[in-house]
Amino acid sequence: MKIICFHEKSFTILNTETEFRVFTLMGPNPKMKREFPDSTRSSPFPDEVLERVLSLLQSPKDRSAVSLVCKDWYNAESWSRTHVFIGNCYSVSPEIVARRFPIIKSVTLKGKPRFSDFNLVPENWGADVHPWLVVFATKYPFLEELRLKRMVVSDESLEFLAVNFPNFKVLSLFSCDGFSTDGLAAIATHCKSLTQLDIQENGIEDKSGGWLSCFPENFTSLEVLNFANLNTDVNFDALEKLVSRCKSLKVLKVNKSVSLENLQRLLVCAPRLTELGTGSFMPELTGRQYAELETAFNQCKNLNTLSGLWEATALYLPVLYPICSSLTFLNLSYTFLQSLELASLLRQCPRLRRLWVLDTVGDKGLEAVGSNCPLLEELRVFPADPFDEEIIHGVTEAGLVAVSYGCRRLHYVLYFCRQMTNAAVATIVQNCPDFTHFRLCIMNPGQPDYLTNEPMDEAFGAVVRTCTKLQRLSVSGLLTDLTFKYIGQYAKNLETLSVAFAGSSDRGMQCVLEGCTKLRKLEIRDCPFGNVALLSGLEKYESMRSLWMSACNVTMNGCRLLAREMPRLNVEVMKEDGSDDSQADKVYVYRSVAGPRRDAPPCVLTLSGL
Amino acid sequence: MERSMAFESDLNLKATELRLGLPGSDEPEKPSTTPSVRSNKRASPEISEESRSKGSSCVSSKVESGERDSAPPAKEQVVGWPPIRSYRKNCLRAKKNDQVDGAGMYVKVSVDGAPYLRKIDLKVYKSYPELLETLENMFKLTIGEYSEKEGYNGSDFAPTYEDKDGDWMLVGDVPWDMFISSCKRLRIMKGSEARGLSC
Repeated sequence: MKIICFHEKSFTILNTETEFRVFTLMGPNPKMKREFPDSTRSSPFPDEVLERVLSLLQSPKDRSAVSLVCKDWYNAESWSRTHVFIGNCYSVSPEIVARRFPIIKSVTLKGKPRFSDFNLVPENWGADVHPWLVVFATKYPFLEELRLKRMVVSDESLEFLAVNFPNFKVLSLFSCDGFSTDGLAAIATHCKSLTQLDIQENGIEDKSGGWLSCFPENFTSLEVLNFANLNTDVNFDALEKLVSRCKSLKVLKVNKSVSLENLQRLLVCAPRLTELGTGSFMPELTGRQYAELETAFNQCKNLNTLSGLWEATALYLPVLYPICSSLTFLNLSYTFLQSLELASLLRQCPRLRRLWVLDTVGDKGLEAVGSNCPLLEELRVFPADPFDEEIIHGVTEAGLVAVSYGCRRLHYVLYFCRQMTNAAVATIVQNCPDFTHFRLCIMNPGQPDYLTNEPMDEAFGAVVRTCTKLQRLSVSGLLTDLTFKYIGQYAKNLETLSVAFAGSSDRGMQCVLEGCTKLRKLEIRDCPFGNVALLSGLEKYESMRSLWMSACNVTMNGCRLLAREMPRLNVEVMKEDGSDDSQADKVYVYRSVAGPRRDAPPCVLTLSGL
Repeated sequence: MERSMAFESDLNLKATELRLGLPGSDEPEKPSTTPSVRSNKRASPEISEESRSKGSSCVSSKVESGERDSAPPAKEQVVGWPPIRSYRKNCLRAKKNDQVDGAGMYVKVSVDGAPYLRKIDLKVYKSYPELLETLENMFKLTIGEYSEKEGYNGSDFAPTYEDKDGDWMLVGDVPWDMFISSCKRLRIMKGSEARGLSC
C-alpha cells in the first residue's frame, strides 16, 4: 500500500497490489457537515480502516498532525502508533505515554540537555530511565526496541530490561552513563531475540570484556553489534564464534582490543557486512598476514561504512583499497592522518557521501576531499589537539573553502578551526547553498575575522541568507547582536541554535525568539543575555522543546517571573557553589505535560508558578 | 618565534605590535584570564571538570583529572569548550600522553645558547640522519657523525633527548622506532658538556 497524497484532512491511497483502486478518506470538513448535517459520525469510514491507513504513517510529525484533526483520528492514530519518540524525557511521564499509546513496540527517549556532553550539567541531574522501564514492563511487555540518548542507565535497569521484555530486540545507548559492562552482560545473557546492540560514547564503567562471552551458544539473531567505544579486551574466540553463527550480522564495530590479525578472521566469517568498525590498525602483520587481510577485504562486497582505524598509518591503508570504491561513509575521526595519507586514500573513494576526519589532515587534506569526493554531503572535522595552543596546526578557512568548491552537494558541516574569515564563509555558502546543518566552531572564544579583525556577523549573515533550508546552526567567533538580527530575519526554517560567547545585548536573543518561527531548541552559554531576553520568549517556549542558558545574565527573579507566567513550563535553575544568590547560573526551561519533576537533586531548583 | 596575536576587544595595542611571521599565520591566543571578552560577563569559569563517579571508557584510566593533566598551569581552560564529548577528549588526551601514535609527534627542541625553542614533528622523519640534518639546518650548526663508541665526536654539539623516564639520553643509541616512541623533548648541548658525552 502506498500513500501518494496527503493534504490537510484527506489522503489518497494507491493500492498497488490489486489493480489500481483509489480510496479517498475525508476527515470532517465544513463542506461535509453541510451536506450531511445529520451525520453523527465525523468520518464515514470504520475505525479499522482509518487505523490501517494511519499505520502507514511513519514520521512522528505527520502523526502529530493527523492526531489533531479530530477525536476519531486522534484515537485511530493512538491505536496505530507502534513507535514513540520522546525528545525530552521530562516533557511527559511514562504513565501519560502508556495511556495514550496502548501498543508501542519501539521507544526513543532523550534525557539530559545536550550541554551535559560538555560537562555543563551536574552529575546527578536526573534522566533516569528506570521509572520508564517499570511502567513499560506492565504496559508494553512486548516492547522490542529502546533507543536512549543522554539518559542515566544503571546495571539494575539493564538487568530489569533484559529479564522483563521477552521480545526485546534492539538496544541503542548513546552518550548515556551510569552503567558498567555488567549491565551489558545481563543483556547478552537474557535477550534471546536481540538483533541490535549499539553502545556508543557512553560514560560506562568498563570492568571487563567478559560480557561478550555471555551470549549463549545458540544465540544467532544479532544483526548489529557496536562496542567500538569500550576498551577492555573481549575474548576473541567468543567474538569469532558469535560473528560466525550470526548469519544476519550486517553491522560490526569492534573495539581497539581486536588486532588486525583477528580482524581478518572476523571478515572471513562475515563477508556480508555493510558497516565495519575495525579494531586497532597497528601495522604489525607479516607479509603473508597482510596479503590475507587484503583478500578478506576483497571479499566484502557490501561494505559501505568504515570506521575505527585506530593507530592506522599510511603503510597499511592500501589494504582498504578494495572496499573504498563502494564506501559512502568513512569515519577517520580517531585516526591521525596527514594530508598526503588522506589524499591517497580518498583517491580510492569517489562515492563518499559522509566523511569524518581529524584536523591533522590540514587544509591540504581537505583540498584532496574537494578534489576526490564530488558526492560528499557531510563533512565533520574534529580537532586532534583542542587544548594545546602551542602548535600551529589544524585546519583553517582555506580547507573548508576548498571542500566547498569540489563538493557542491555538501549540506552538513561540523568544523573545528582556529581561524576563519567572513569572506571565506560567504564563499562556502555560495558554493553550497543547500546547507541544512552548519556547525562552525572557531575554537578561541570570541575571536574575530583574523584578516579584517571584524566580528564574524557577516559570515553567519551570509549563511542564513543563502541557506534557506538551514535547520541547525552553531555559531562562534566574535559576534554582535547583528548576527542574531540576521538569524531572526532569515533563518525561517531554523530548529536548533547553539550560541556561545556571543552577542552584545538582550536584543540579540530577542531577535532570534521573535524571528525564528520554527525554533525548537535554543542553547546558550556565556552570553550577555538577561531577563529581558529571557522573558521576551514567554509566548514562544511552549512551542519549543527546550531552552538552555548558562553563564548569562539571567537572575532568579527573572526565572521566577517566567515560571509564574507560564505554568506549563518547567523552569529549572542549577546553582553553582559560591555564586551570587540572585544569579541564575544555569537555566533549563522546557514544556511539559507532566508538571514539575519530582526527582530533581538538591542542586536543581524547580521554580513553579504556584 | 611568532608572537600570537591575542584578541583584545578594547585596546588596540596588539594590532600595532611588531611581530614576525606572515599575517594570518598567527596562533590565536586563548584569553589568559576569563574567557569572556565582554565587560558585562560575570564570574570566571570553573577550571575543574566534573568528575564522574564511574570511570570513562577510554584507555587512560587516570583520565578524570581531564584538562588539568597537560594544560599549562598559567592558562585557565573553559569548562566544556571547545564542545567536544568526553569520550573523544579522553581518547585524544590518552593518545597525547602515550606519545605513540600514527602521526603528528611534536617535540620541543632547545639549543644551548639559542634565545628560543623550536618545535618539530618527529613523525616526519624516517631516520636519524634525516632528523639530524634538519636540526643542523634549523639551527645553523654542525652535529657531526654518530658513532656508538664515541657519540658525536669532532663537534661542539651533541643532540640529546629526554625520554619517558625523564632521563637525558644521547640521540642515536637506540633504534629509531624506539626513539620515536620514547622521546619527549630534544636538547642540543654545546661545548664542554657536549664533549663530555663523547668520552
